[in-house]
Amino acid sequence: MKSTVNAPGVAPRPKSRRSSLMKAIGRRYDLYLMLLIPIVWYVVFQYGPMYGLQIAFKNFNPAKGILDSKWVGFEHFQRFFESYYFWRLLWNTVSINLFSLLFAFPIPIFLALLVNEIRNKAFSKMVQNITYIPHFISVVAMVGMLLLFLSPRGGPLNTLIQAFGGQPVRFLDLPGWFKTIFISSNIWQNMGWQSIIYIAALSGVNPQLYEAAKMDGASRLRRIWHVSLPGILPVIVILLILDVGHFMNVGFEKILLMQNNLNMESSDVISTFVYTTGILKGEFSYTAAIGMFNSVVNLMLLVLVNRFARKKAETSLW
Amino acid sequence: MKEQALKNRKSDEKLFDTVVNIIAALLVIVVLYPLIFIVSASFSDPAAVLNGEVVLLPKHFTLAAYENVFQNKQIWNGYGNSIVYTLVGTAINLIMTTLAAYPLSRPDLPGRGGIMFLITLTMFFSGGLIPTYLLVKSLGMVNTMWALIIPGAIATYNLIVMRTYFQSSIPWEIQEAALIDGCSNWKLLTHIILPLSKPILAVMVLFYAVGHWNSFFNALIYIRNKDMYPLQLVLREVLMVSQDDAVVSNVGLENKVLLAESIKYAVIIISSLPVLVLYPFVQKHFVKGVMIGSLKG
Repeated sequence: MKSTVNAPGVAPRPKSRRSSLMKAIGRRYDLYLMLLIPIVWYVVFQYGPMYGLQIAFKNFNPAKGILDSKWVGFEHFQRFFESYYFWRLLWNTVSINLFSLLFAFPIPIFLALLVNEIRNKAFSKMVQNITYIPHFISVVAMVGMLLLFLSPRGGPLNTLIQAFGGQPVRFLDLPGWFKTIFISSNIWQNMGWQSIIYIAALSGVNPQLYEAAKMDGASRLRRIWHVSLPGILPVIVILLILDVGHFMNVGFEKILLMQNNLNMESSDVISTFVYTTGILKGEFSYTAAIGMFNSVVNLMLLVLVNRFARKKAETSLW
Repeated sequence: MKEQALKNRKSDEKLFDTVVNIIAALLVIVVLYPLIFIVSASFSDPAAVLNGEVVLLPKHFTLAAYENVFQNKQIWNGYGNSIVYTLVGTAINLIMTTLAAYPLSRPDLPGRGGIMFLITLTMFFSGGLIPTYLLVKSLGMVNTMWALIIPGAIATYNLIVMRTYFQSSIPWEIQEAALIDGCSNWKLLTHIILPLSKPILAVMVLFYAVGHWNSFFNALIYIRNKDMYPLQLVLREVLMVSQDDAVVSNVGLENKVLLAESIKYAVIIISSLPVLVLYPFVQKHFVKGVMIGSLKG
């Protein structure tokens, strides 16, 4: 039936490759027309900033514009590497994200396995629906809740400490507590939401595998370990790679809101430094360079992890 | 012997079920308690809250905090702004994402692999905050609502989710047949594809709308005029910025401080209300969105 010549969407026998490609494009000009605005948007708002990144190697002067500002090579990068803040920023950025990966990444997996083991379907649904709720609270409201919840005056945690005869602790003013609070509140807010994908993957595991394991006398724990976990391993690997994909940027808005002068020592990360020094103080070239350093490190990490995963777990993004 | 082993296994299973249920119940309590506390505190006498008397249920029930919030012009103004930004923003998001996702879902589009590659790349590398800020500024968008809408008009992740849906849920044969019958691509999109894509459109509306409603950072850097603040920025002022003021004006104004404290709980509730009220109805769609996204990341 495909012999209908000139029907749109069906290419006639190509005479030469080039002319048939041109025809294929010509016949679908309206598809390109749809794409036109989105492509212009991508060029302007995604590739435009990449083009603008050249100010990292220049002394950007707003009056002269991006093109006419003077080239200075790696001066800004060097200044950053030698600055007093460099090691503190790098350590805070890396440690917050590393600890997040270590503690916050496995919990949704655990939650999904747990939900999967609940026999009572209604209770299982209830656990899921309730743990999703905090995901929809905005960052601002979330940090507001933290302030109130941990407040030395009337915050439930300090009320509890005082009930046991302790002194109230100003948690958010203490650098030593910052990372713990940041990561545990992230877990509270996101574990349910992040478990959705694992729960979906678990429901796709072949039930015969469980039956077979049961026949062989495997306990419930052993079945989780030998059937459930291997069943969702590919999903775990993909999500791990994606997490590493924004390793250096995680939680920037929340950190910014939780920051105060007293906890700066452990809350000052690269992205917040770029905001305060770049946007608030106007050091555009310097902070563009810092932001670029951040993105490049991030991209390298992603490529490395992806390569590693492809070799070891035979799962990868590309 | 065998019977004994079977019995042991039965009781092991029972024990396991009990442990699972207890852990799950504890998790539910951990998730719910902070939410209940905020709600209870918002209905309580602020003095009782500050003295740590509110633990689970409201103490000295009062609506004073809500009355105060309702009288606060800034909050209402922010509410109105957020509604406008969310409506306009989501509409633009939806149009732009569909216009990109549909053509890129077509297997017969020459060059779609290359375009897709360039689009996906932006998920992993971008110009970053400063060049984007300078761009938005040079386009004259600062202090207009367009700064909150246009730079984020397409979320690449959502585009990929939508494209995956078009590819996997709408048979290419149907589209091909329509094209052979002389249907134009525009007509195909508006008369066949979109009516068949209601679930994914609902997911997109939800993802984008919640994103707009909850976002504060773009407004923080682009909006200078306080009358244009979205709700989240007003919320930030009430919750965080005013803290220091409260401490300064502390002397002899204990009542005012108390009120400022109690407003905080009520404002958190009121600002989260639209999303939380809609949540039970739309929860299924959200979950579906995450699943489609996970099909082919």
